Amino acid sequence: MKARIKFQKYGYMKFIGHLDVLRYFQKAFRRAGYDSEYTQGFNPHQIISFAAPLGVGLTSDAEYVDIGLRTCDTPETMVKKINEVLSEGFYVTGFHLLTEDSGNGKMASAMSLVASADYLVSLKDGCSLGNGILSCEEFRELFEKFYSKQDIIINKKTKKSEKMVNIKPMISFVAFDEKEYDAYLGCHLADLPKPVNNEKSYYLNAASKADAYENNIKVYMQLDTGSASNLKPELVMEAFCSDSGLEYNPYAWQVHRLEIYTRDDESKRLIPLDSVW
Amino acid sequence: MRKLALTDEVLLSVEKPARYIGGEVNMVVKDPNDVDIRFCICFPDVYEIGMSHLGIQILYDILNRREDTYCERVYSPWVDLDKLMRERDIPLFALESQEPVRDFDFLGFTLQYEMCYTNILQVLELSKIPVYANERTEDDPIVIGGGPCSYNPEPIADFFDFFYIGEGEAAYNNFLDLYKECKKAGKSKREYLELVSQIEGIYVPSFYDVEYNEDGTINSFKKNYENAPDRVKKQIEMKLSEAYYPTKPLVPFIRVTQDRVVLEIQRGCIRGCRFCQAGMIYRPNRERDVEYLKKCANEMLKATGHEEISLSSLSSSDYSQLQELVYFLIDEFGSKGVNISLPSLRIDAFSLDVMGKVQDIRKSSLTFAPEAGTQRLRDVINKGLTEDAILNGAREAFQSGWNRVKLYFMMGLPTETEEDIEGIAVLSDKIARVYYEIPKEQRQGKVSIIASTSFFVPKPFTPFQWCRMDTPEEYIQKQRFLRSKINEQLNKKSIKFNWHEAELSELEGVLARGDRRLSRVIYDAYMFGCLYDSWSEHFNYDKWMKAFEKNGVSISFYNSRERHEDEMFPWDIIDAGVSKSFLLREYRRAKSGKTTPNCRELCYNCGAKKFGGGVCVGGFEMPNHADGINRNGSIKQEASNES
Ligand code: SF4
Repeated sequence: MKARIKFQKYGYMKFIGHLDVLRYFQKAFRRAGYDSEYTQGFNPHQIISFAAPLGVGLTSDAEYVDIGLRTCDTPETMVKKINEVLSEGFYVTGFHLLTEDSGNGKMASAMSLVASADYLVSLKDGCSLGNGILSCEEFRELFEKFYSKQDIIINKKTKKSEKMVNIKPMISFVAFDEKEYDAYLGCHLADLPKPVNNEKSYYLNAASKADAYENNIKVYMQLDTGSASNLKPELVMEAFCSDSGLEYNPYAWQVHRLEIYTRDDESKRLIPLDSVW
Repeated sequence: MRKLALTDEVLLSVEKPARYIGGEVNMVVKDPNDVDIRFCICFPDVYEIGMSHLGIQILYDILNRREDTYCERVYSPWVDLDKLMRERDIPLFALESQEPVRDFDFLGFTLQYEMCYTNILQVLELSKIPVYANERTEDDPIVIGGGPCSYNPEPIADFFDFFYIGEGEAAYNNFLDLYKECKKAGKSKREYLELVSQIEGIYVPSFYDVEYNEDGTINSFKKNYENAPDRVKKQIEMKLSEAYYPTKPLVPFIRVTQDRVVLEIQRGCIRGCRFCQAGMIYRPNRERDVEYLKKCANEMLKATGHEEISLSSLSSSDYSQLQELVYFLIDEFGSKGVNISLPSLRIDAFSLDVMGKVQDIRKSSLTFAPEAGTQRLRDVINKGLTEDAILNGAREAFQSGWNRVKLYFMMGLPTETEEDIEGIAVLSDKIARVYYEIPKEQRQGKVSIIASTSFFVPKPFTPFQWCRMDTPEEYIQKQRFLRSKINEQLNKKSIKFNWHEAELSELEGVLARGDRRLSRVIYDAYMFGCLYDSWSEHFNYDKWMKAFEKNGVSISFYNSRERHEDEMFPWDIIDAGVSKSFLLREYRRAKSGKTTPNCRELCYNCGAKKFGGGVCVGGFEMPNHADGINRNGSIKQEASNES
């Protein structure tokens, strides 16, 4: 059977790269006493996959991993047992069994159907923006000015090429506090029943693990994510800084992922990955 | 949550920040304020290497079992962080508490290979601890060393307060208890060192002044503290099946060299290969009970979640219950997706069966370590592997589907001739011929043979400790000669030839058999920028040469000289169990091409019997032999030309 697990990654675990997190979870399942499914042949390895890998240095409330299991308990017990063997900085908040017959085709591809993600980008304490910008109001003003532009053109460098790209259409919205964020988010979400806990699913209501900073300089943003169109929050911050005449210090910003979505084919609205089973 | 010693900015600008944050699964967490002794263990190499070392895990476990002690870890910062720490004046910290190493009571180095010596100085310097022991104050940690290189600690003697000669299980508790008492009584470091030198296995180098002869050889070790022992006796654990075993080893976040459960099945080796230091200093051979090992394997896989388990020992094929253990592991864990990785086993029906079960024949290779190219030279080094055994083993394996062979040889062995070197090419070719003898339909494509040669480095406490070592020029010449001989073989296209760097081996030779005068050289090499010398991309031969020159120390004195039979060695102060007279006897036998049976066949009275256990008291039927001791202990006279 296949299961999808949602977990938070925070604190010092942000220094652990995505491939290492994968290895970490493989071992965690073994420690929790569950047998996973393996590929055939010599050097068997677990069947496990990740949605939208998170870069080193970023934290998240919404990491998803699909894993094949040979033994399993109730979703509630699974969450409890796995959390018991995890290090501080990893916390499982959801477990869902994906049954073979419930439209497995769609499920298997959910990981690759990632369309969008929400981020919270905060200025770390002890870091300054320079140029005398001290308050979050000033920051908001500058950022709104930047975001109000018709086009935001950046020079997107890949290993092979450099090209000028307009990133404006890849940003769904920006917000500056939680209330505002919730309001905008509501406009983009598909109508969905609240997830329930039952024999197939278990959800924990866990508070966000985003670090809060005294300076309160932060911005929420919803960005295209996935293979069709992908924009990293770091690129937005870099564009913002250069547009506003600020020096961009990549280490000054803490990027935190809030949720990952897939897009409903009909309504074109977003569905969080933990609601697509 | 622990506060990290490094900022986000530093961590995100170096390669693999997970090397420095600690917090691994099974890391021990204690409040440093609740303990009497803070002990920092260091493997002076990069995290991925150090984390893979079993000895550190054993020690970590033993020390942390003590409630009064918190043992933490530190490894060499990689060169990127090294640079940042110097630029920003960040002191080196331990991974667990993230607190400065300098605040600890002890800093203990495990000394696994000579080429890590400059890294020791790096760790000391970054910790802001004076590198020379005699420049340290009461506020600095006590710096100690252990591990195989501590069997000749003299080249690094000036940097250490004391060395512990032996296995971690045996005597650590003694000197920690003593430390606690001394600390309570407000005793000085000097007073502690005087007391600790009375514990067996502890060597305090500053209690001895070395006097030299005119020719540069050692005249004597003169005690400057009268109660210091005449010789320091190795301490070992005899009851390995009752000893602690770290059943909850640390599980690193990043991939390390040994990303698996390591099961140490035995210590020491029954074979007496004459070039092998480990085979001598870990005597006597002691096996762990198979039931104990099964239990450990279970617990460790459970506690780590590792998907691989590997056996560790010097010669696994000699472990008497190997079959039972290996089949148990396959049956018990193989079905759960656990890979079983076997160290190079002697090729026979059993190992071929097992290898066929645990690995993909098409992707794996057979490994032989003949070490020398001819039977004559294999007899000289007492490597009991015959050409027939190799060829028959290869034939059987080829018939079962293998087509890749790895061969390990050494060049520069004592008494080596051109014929012996050519023998490497000839043997490689013979193996290829065996492959093409089997019917075509049974063959899996072409055969591939990789012959790797390393340069022989004479080591202390081996029968070859008196030997002259080849110079890099001689080595390179031999390597060229071998190259040309391989090209003369029929199957030359199937033979790939690898070799080690000669200059690195030369330096290893000096550091292995060196004396105290080398401390200055190592210090200067480090000051010139040498670091991570075991990493060929960082090894800088010219800087090392500059350091030798600056100190007027000649390499050839240490390497290119056949030592006199009664020369006093820097490591004579250490009693490793095997006696110098046994080693000399073995050296003479080597020169006359005589082999010596293994410990199970016949005891040659090497000296290790005094530990009172292991293979020396095994219940094996032994034949009588003209110049050995049989198991009943009746001593036969050795032939007079040998004793
Ligand atoms: S005393 Fe004899 S049996 Fe024991 S290690 Fe030495 S040679 Fe082997």
